[in-house]
Parts: sequence; structure tokens; C-alpha cells
Amino acid sequence: MRIPFSYIWRSLWARRLTTALTIGGLALVVFVFAGVLMLARGLEATLVETGGPNNVIVLRRSATSELSSQIDRGTAEMLETEPGVAPAADGRPLASREVVLVIDLYKKKSNALGNVSIRGVSPHALELRPGVHIVQGRPFQFGTHEVVVGKSIASEFKGAALGSELAFGGDRWTVVGIADAGGTAFDSEIWGDVDQFMQAFGRPVYSSLTFRAANPGRFDQVKTRLEADPRTQYVELKHERDYYREQSQTLATFIRVLGLLVTTIFSFGAMIGAMITMYAAVANRTVEVGTLRAVGFRRRSVLAAFLVESIVLALVGGALGVGLAALLSFERISVVNFTSFSEIGFGFALSPGVIVSALTFAVVMGLVGGFLPAVRAARLDIVSALRAA
Amino acid sequence: MKLLKIVLKNVVRHRLRAALTVLGIATAVMAFGLIRTIVGAWNAGVAGAATNRMITRHRVSLIFPLPLPYRDEIARVPGVTAVAWANWFGGVYGDRNDFKNFWPRFAVDPETFFDLYPEFEAPPDQLAAFKKERNACIIGRKLAQQHGFKIGDVITMEGDIFPGRWEFAVRGIYTGRDQSVDETQMFFQWNYLYEQVRQREPGRPVDAGWYVLRVAAPDAMPRVAAAIDEQFGNSRAPTKTESEREFQQSFVQMSSAIITSLQVISVVIVGIILLVLANTIVMAVRERTREYAVLKTLGFSGRHLVAFIVGEALVVAFAGGVLGVALTFPVVRGFAKALPTFFPVINVAPSTIALGLGAALFAGLAAAAFPANRVVRTPIVVGLRTVG
Repeated sequence: MRIPFSYIWRSLWARRLTTALTIGGLALVVFVFAGVLMLARGLEATLVETGGPNNVIVLRRSATSELSSQIDRGTAEMLETEPGVAPAADGRPLASREVVLVIDLYKKKSNALGNVSIRGVSPHALELRPGVHIVQGRPFQFGTHEVVVGKSIASEFKGAALGSELAFGGDRWTVVGIADAGGTAFDSEIWGDVDQFMQAFGRPVYSSLTFRAANPGRFDQVKTRLEADPRTQYVELKHERDYYREQSQTLATFIRVLGLLVTTIFSFGAMIGAMITMYAAVANRTVEVGTLRAVGFRRRSVLAAFLVESIVLALVGGALGVGLAALLSFERISVVNFTSFSEIGFGFALSPGVIVSALTFAVVMGLVGGFLPAVRAARLDIVSALRAA
Repeated sequence: MKLLKIVLKNVVRHRLRAALTVLGIATAVMAFGLIRTIVGAWNAGVAGAATNRMITRHRVSLIFPLPLPYRDEIARVPGVTAVAWANWFGGVYGDRNDFKNFWPRFAVDPETFFDLYPEFEAPPDQLAAFKKERNACIIGRKLAQQHGFKIGDVITMEGDIFPGRWEFAVRGIYTGRDQSVDETQMFFQWNYLYEQVRQREPGRPVDAGWYVLRVAAPDAMPRVAAAIDEQFGNSRAPTKTESEREFQQSFVQMSSAIITSLQVISVVIVGIILLVLANTIVMAVRERTREYAVLKTLGFSGRHLVAFIVGEALVVAFAGGVLGVALTFPVVRGFAKALPTFFPVINVAPSTIALGLGAALFAGLAAAAFPANRVVRTPIVVGLRTVG
């Protein structure tokens, strides 16, 4: 026979202060746990979403990022005429030769220097990335010293507002537009004409070439053919998504390892808190337990009742912690991703997976913390329990 | 003295609960210590920066190199006593997804670099061997330990910034002058990089990544920086010269958001200590409501009772704090072993110990405040009537 749930609920309510303190401890641990997961998730989402589903990026083999990659003009021209490249609206190949460099700009908030990616692109870049929209001003003109900045850059860095001038590469560049890339990595970039950038920085080669696959199903064949072709054998083709996923890997793993290590350690603290509360609950209710047993409840039911009580504590704490963490969704942070050596702005992303993990974590804490006290309650001897007090 | 005796007796009345509370506080203090130590490790480069060195790099970004002829011009600036240069090499060793396979690799000028960095100590014969051989390298003691590299070994890696296969012969192993020196780096001859790139990619220029300068006196730094940056201000490669400390600081700044998050977490931990402790004290006080009423009737004043409660909280908090600090050391050591490349220099600072204990004691005081207040205000009759 099961002990009614209302008994459990009322027991918790009877010792409100203790219950609240325990829930508070659990909530704080779950808050940090969920926060860490949200951060890693947010970073991955930002970078993975950056890649277009049918886009292919060509880099120099063994380059770890666009920053260390080089593609010369001849190779780029050859790659564009490949039959695997989809045609653009104007009939030309839907591809963009790009150069990615890093410049320093001052941050508005801290006045410290931050690394900002600048990307020189070809005329088809916007058609290739339909997620990028100019939300203020206009697109830059090719052949001029005009640039468009991502919205994270515009809001976080000095001198990047619409109409202002940026100085880099021995020249001045006018900001003519602000781009919204839907929270992806392109929000943290400055775009301009690839030829202008290369000239300004005296750089003879591109960093990468990105194209839309004409037939995404045949990616492997195109990859194998081009990487075996002696003229293009030093290149490597990747799905744009895979490339950006790799870019997120080091930092996301770092956040997870560090964060989860710390949360695991202090989840012990919260578990011990739950254990103290549950031991006290058992000690205080010895007579009650004796009575329950005397009226016919089994040991098993008593065990279950105390375990459920502890799980309820944990779940309420967990829900509170997740609720607190959900408030983090409004926060955005910006750090340097050392893989690309430039700032990437991203938020805390709450996903169903994160919620499930956080609540599971809470329940596990409740179970572990409540188990020993529940066993003690179940093992009480009826007669001596009734005699206590 | 008697007070302490009563407090201690009270603490051990619920042995299991007291033990659990101490353990709970200890884990939290340990987590606090670990986080503070990690933040400290982040700043290790800044703390270990020499006061007489400066860095000259490209003004637009560190990713752009500086022309080689700058070296002589910088050396002529009054106040500069020595100049060396270095390049970031990058490279991929083994499985690129294994963090252990990443360590900093620099191409440095073999003649001058180690003169400017006296904290990297290598035996003179090893230094001489390093200077003699083109593809020689000197590696840190910890790096050698982690991978089992010995003198004479050849380290092979795949280039990313400088493509191709690279082989470096280990000719020396340096040790740090003190604990704050990073012993996980690798230095090889800049000439080797230069010659190989010219051979492999004709036409690709190889310049200096940045220059390291030694100045005669720290107070000459602003003047030296201004002189150098003005000199190259209008050239194709303008420079930014700053003290090594500022240079290191700019790297720390790149991860400032993560450091801030860690600091927020450390505050949360103090909150957890507080809650665990407060829970125990509240329970103890509630169970003893009648006892306290009896003590009051016997003539003990409110102040006595407050002393009992606060004393008990402080004793438990202190025990937890001491245990937590003691646990911090092995945990930090394990952490450093698990993630050697993230934090090459990681040490528990004395201030961390003090702060950990302080946080526990503060939590003790705060946890006792509410129940103590309640006990003092509860009228004797109400206290006696309470059914525990």
C-alpha cells in the first residue's frame, strides 16, 4: 500500500524554513549546472547555425581555421568552374572567394582591445548566406572602401556605428550598413570587398572559398575528385556546418569540462544538505513512522515515502534552478575563440535537452541524498519507534 | 572556556549531522578554492611578466607580422638594451582533438631569445647545442614529462599556418626559475622556419611575429613605446609597443567573460555554504527551543544564548573551512594533471586559503544570525510550551 502523497507534501510544509533552505541549496547547484550547459549549447548553436546547410567551404589542407588557410587565385578560379557548384540567380557560379583577417578594436564597455574578424567577400556572398540581412543602411559597394558590420560588433565596439570610419590596413573604411545574421558568428564580423582588403593588407592569396553545392547528395564524390586532382590536391572540402562545428569544439569542450567539474564537486555539498534535512526529518518523525508501520504500512512504503519526499525537494529545487538559469537567456557574452583568434558573441541557450539534464541532475542529487535517511526510516523497529519521543 | 565547552558539546550532540555539515562546507570551500586558483592561473602570465621587458607588435592585430629590418631600428631607440623576436608557429601534433597535444610553439631568434628570458633556465651545453643545429628545439620540463620527450627525440608535426611536415630535434629542456614560469612551451630556431618556408612556398614572406625588447629601467617604458610607435606610425606596418604585463593582460582580457562567470560561480558557492550551514543551525535551535527557555529561566541572558549559537556555527564552519582548504591542494593537483595544457602554471595562492576560510566563517556568522535572533525574542513561556 502506498503512503498518500498529501502526507509527503504536508511533512515538507510543516518544516518550511528547513525545506526552503534545502531547496535553495539544490536550486543554486542546478542553476550553475544549467548555466554551464546553456553556455556551451549557445556557443555551439551560434557557430553551427553559421554554416549554410548546402554550403561547402574549401580550405587549405590541415588548416585549422580560415585564419591559417590559403587558397591562391588560380585554384579559386578553377574551383568556381567546377560542375559541383550551383549557379547563382545571374547564372554565374554561386561562390564567394573570401579572406579572413583579425583587427583590434576598442570595446565600448571595458575600453579594452578586442579581436574582431574581418571578412572580405565576393559579390555572391549575400546570396550564398540568405540568413544575413542588412538591417540598417545599405550593402557595401564593391570596389570601394565601404564595409558592413555585424550587429554584435556595432553594439559592442567603439567606432563601429553606422556612418563612422574604421582605420585598418593603412586605410580608412566607412561603415555603410549593419547586418543581422540571426545570432550566428557573422554577427561578430565586419564584411567588405575581398579585393580591397587583400590590396590594403598586401595579401596575395584568399583564405577560403565557399560555394553552394549543386547536388548536396554528391558531396563525397566532388570532395574525392577535387582532393585527388593534382591541380587542387592541397585543398580540403568541408560542409560549412562541419567546419563551424569544429570551430566551436575546443571552447565548448573547455566550458563543459571546467563547468561540469566544478558543479560535480559542489553538487556534493547540496546532496549533503539534502541528506541532513532528510535525516532530521526521519529523526523528528520517528513516532510517526512507528504509527504508520503499526497501522499496516510496509517498510517498502515508508522507504518510498521518504525517497519521494527527497525527490520532491530536489525537483522543486531543480525547477527553481532552471527558472533562474532561464533568466540568463537575456544575457549575452563575448569571448575570444582561440581557434579563430577573434571575438565571438553568443548567448545562453535554453533547450529541452538542457532542462531534462538539469532536472535529472536534481533528481539524482535528491535520490542520493535521501537514500540513506530513507533506509534508516524503513528499518525502524515499530515498538521502539513508538516509544521514542 | 566554559562557553567553548558547552559549544563543543552541542556540536557533537548530533554526530552524524555535524559530520555531514562539516563535509558539505568542506566540499564547497574546496570548490571555491579550485575556482579561485583557476582564475589565478589565468592571470599567471600577467603575474609572471618581467618588469623590464616590452613587446612590439603590429598595431592592427597580432596576426600580422612585422618586417625584419625593424629589429635594428628598434635596437637604436634610446633606453632599449636588447631585442629578440619570435613567431607563433601553431601546428598540429598527433590527434588534434586531444587537448594534451596542444602546447605553445614559437620560432625564436636563437642568439638573443634566451638572453632576454633568464627565467627559462637550460644548461649551457644544451643551449649551445640548440644554437648549432638548424632544426633544434628547446622544450619545457613539464612538456617533456607529459609526452616522455627526451633529448635527442624528434618531434614531428603537421603545419597549419606554415603547411607541410615539420621535424624538430629536442636539444634542450628548460626549467622555470620559479613556480610562476610556464614549463610547457617549445622554442625552435627562427632561421629554420625562414629557410623551410622559402623552400616550400617560394614568394611567401616570413617576417617577425613580434619583437621582445629589454629596457634599462621600467620608468623608461612609456618613452620607449612612444618613440618606437611614432617611428613606424606612417609605415606599412605600424606598431604597438607595450610592457610585457600589458601584453599578457590583453590575452587575459580575451577570456574576461569566462573569468567573470567563474567569479559569479564562486559567489554562488558561498551561498551554498551558507544554506547548508543555516539549515543545520536552524534545526539544532528548533530542537532545543525548550532547552533555551530552561536556560533563560536559570538566569542565562540573551547574550549567552547568542554566544552558544554563534559559537556552534563558527566551530562547524571553521572545521569545514580547514578541511576544505586541505582538500583544495590534492584537487588542484589532480586538475592540473587532467588539463595540463589549459593551465600550465597553477598554484594555490595564500590569499585563496584566507578567502576560503573567511567565506566559511562569514557564512557561519550569517547562518547563526536568524535563529539566534529568534531564540532571544522567544518569550520563556512560549519556549517551554513548544513541542519539539
